[in-house]
Amino acid sequence: MLEIQDLKVTHGPIEAVHGIALTVAEGACVTLLGPNGAGKTSTLSAITGTARSTGLIRLAGTDISRLPVEARAKRGIAISPEGRRIFSNLTVRENLVMGAAGRRDKSAIGSDIRGWFEQFPILGERRDQPAGTLSGGEQQMLAIARALMSRPRILLLDEPSLGLAPQITARIFDIIGDLKRQGITILLVEQNATAAIELSDYVYVLNNGLISSEGPAERYGDGSALMDQITGVHG
Amino acid sequence: MDYAIQQILNALSFGAEYALIALGLAIVFSIMGLVNFAHGEVIAFGGYSMVIVGTLLTRNPFLLMGAVLLACVLVSVLLERVAFRTVRKADLTTGLLTAFGVSIILQNLFLLLGSPRPIPATQFIFLDRTITLGAVQVSSLQIYETLATAVAIGFLLFFLRRTTLGLAMRAAALDFEMVRLCGLRANRVIATAFAVSGLLAGLACIFIMARRGSVLPHMGFDPVLTAFVACVIGGFGSLPGAVLGGFLLGAVEVAVLVLLPQSYGGLAQAVVFALVALILVWRPDGILSPAREKGDKV
Repeated sequence: MLEIQDLKVTHGPIEAVHGIALTVAEGACVTLLGPNGAGKTSTLSAITGTARSTGLIRLAGTDISRLPVEARAKRGIAISPEGRRIFSNLTVRENLVMGAAGRRDKSAIGSDIRGWFEQFPILGERRDQPAGTLSGGEQQMLAIARALMSRPRILLLDEPSLGLAPQITARIFDIIGDLKRQGITILLVEQNATAAIELSDYVYVLNNGLISSEGPAERYGDGSALMDQITGVHG
Repeated sequence: MDYAIQQILNALSFGAEYALIALGLAIVFSIMGLVNFAHGEVIAFGGYSMVIVGTLLTRNPFLLMGAVLLACVLVSVLLERVAFRTVRKADLTTGLLTAFGVSIILQNLFLLLGSPRPIPATQFIFLDRTITLGAVQVSSLQIYETLATAVAIGFLLFFLRRTTLGLAMRAAALDFEMVRLCGLRANRVIATAFAVSGLLAGLACIFIMARRGSVLPHMGFDPVLTAFVACVIGGFGSLPGAVLGGFLLGAVEVAVLVLLPQSYGGLAQAVVFALVALILVWRPDGILSPAREKGDKV
């Protein structure tokens, strides 16, 4: 579904990612692990088009690396970004409508929104509240639902567990597991190696802008060795 | 009693005009951080289009109103395409200087192609009649102006709450990049903002023309400056703030004129701005300034 080759990402004069390759197969959940500053978010920004990059980014066979942000979104890339970035001044419902803004089949949007309210009843209860009044976990659910409102080919998740209490984190990972079972293709960026590896089919580890190791999720066991490497804590 | 009603109507109609123009400034500012000082020239352009269309095509005032609205929308969108799109990613000062540049160029074009003297265009004067409501004599233009502004604000609210592009404009005021990530073209959202801003300028132009009956190259500059002050009082970038600031400014202006003794009439503007300064001491970001993002990562 997504194929990346020799990707280099720059922020002004600084090169954050120095040439990586990765592949996400259709229906798979692939995790990109790594410490702070390894280039994980930069990689996602290159895929969505919000950061400058060189190299090949192929979505369902076509090169999208020269397309502007909105064209990539229309072709099926959706992101729940770092920090969630929900539209806090819009209501929960309006956030979901925005998620579908690039879609042509306007008539199906209403039923999709109802579907999400069934899947996340708490969002349904608060549909007319400003999204800024939601708790962190609810905002994360909203960010994921907003991304999926576009019916994307691939869902990018940038640190969905960041800043959430452990119980809420577990709930978010449950949701991601559900999405995977529904057949949604996912590229997940995380620091929480243990939880991420459990869900994933394949894992890439990013360090200082380069992939330092990769392999099927089983190879990383429960992820505790990786967790040590990422956090620098040796237990 | 009738004196009070007249003054209230005065305040409302002053406020309505400021609010219309302030909304036009605020819509563009909220989305792209541009203080569009060329907004006044959009209004003046509406006036000149009225002269041209009124002389060449039709004297029917209602068709002329449509022409003025259309002209203002078109020129506003055109200015964005020609001048502001190129500096969209530049910083605030660059945008501000560009707006001043556009304003100066347009004023001089009006001067060269039009005339430095007022050109009469009186087709809208009929809106301004003295009518008697019971015991009170009021200006019909003031009633129209207040009502039209209320209707325009109603439509704007509907647009911003019920249409995807309207939602996108509200969302873009907070996080433009996220709107693009949702698949909406940045150019489309910004062009819409300029179109709406132009439409509001056109409406203001109709009422200004009904009062003045003539056009001048710099006729839009003073109203926009006042509307700018209204935006500052209300909280720059906030649409409710622009409306509130506009009506508040209108009310303060009329109150000062009424309460100040005749011999101090020349001080009216000074008193108005002193009060504005006091409001800013109380709320430095304006009364309804948009809430700041709390700044933490999650």
